[in-house]
Amino acid sequence: MGKTKVKKMLFILSKATLENVYAAFIMANGARMEGIDSEIFFTFFGLEAIQKNKLKDLRVATVGNPAMHMPTMLGGLPGMEAFATKMMKKEMEKLDMPPVDEFLEILSDSGCKLWACKLAVEMFKLKEKDLIDELDGILTIGDFYGQADVDGCQIVYI
Amino acid sequence: MENVNRNEQGYLTDFSQWTKEVAQEIATEQEIGELTDKHWEVIEYLQEKNKNEEPLSIRGIKKSGVINIKEFYALFPGGPLKMSTMVAGIPKPKSCI
Repeated sequence: MGKTKVKKMLFILSKATLENVYAAFIMANGARMEGIDSEIFFTFFGLEAIQKNKLKDLRVATVGNPAMHMPTMLGGLPGMEAFATKMMKKEMEKLDMPPVDEFLEILSDSGCKLWACKLAVEMFKLKEKDLIDELDGILTIGDFYGQADVDGCQIVYI
Repeated sequence: MENVNRNEQGYLTDFSQWTKEVAQEIATEQEIGELTDKHWEVIEYLQEKNKNEEPLSIRGIKKSGVINIKEFYALFPGGPLKMSTMVAGIPKPKSCI
């Protein structure tokens, strides 16, 4: 990388489909690897990625996803999602992409801050013990904007 | 250092020109500071991996048994893999992870 004006990347992850979760993780990790600060704010369904009993079971969307190149009716058949997810995880493993739990550990160790959205935590009636140990805290969106109080900060919604 | 060929990003283009003195000069220039025993241990690990043409990644560092990720970031501030490979005299890793 050459010089960049980006000093900090803030990601809001609102979805729990595997492709969206990995997009957020790879971009957040990629920032840290370049010496750029990064943080992720997990909200709505994005919270599944930091729930201990759900994060290992995230799936690829086979319905309503034209890039799957299969008819929507077919994508809705039982077992289709699981099959597509298995295939994708296999491909990711080949590229040495870590599974979700290990990726969260790497992000946390790399100094990427991980936040849960207060409103969504309340809406889904989650307790702190339901969430990963690496979590840095539960914030309101206002608190999260406070984290953007530096020059060269970008917020990305996924 | 004048006789050492580096690309526009600062990476050595010819590993045979690498010496411990060159490594220390790059570390000073990149504000990493004085290289400690732990730095050298990581540098040796990276060079060994490079010699065997094994791709470098942060996940690989985690599994290396040489250093954990937190220490790695602390030792090489400003992007650990890109900084450590520059000091080690090997190419910058091309991986996104």
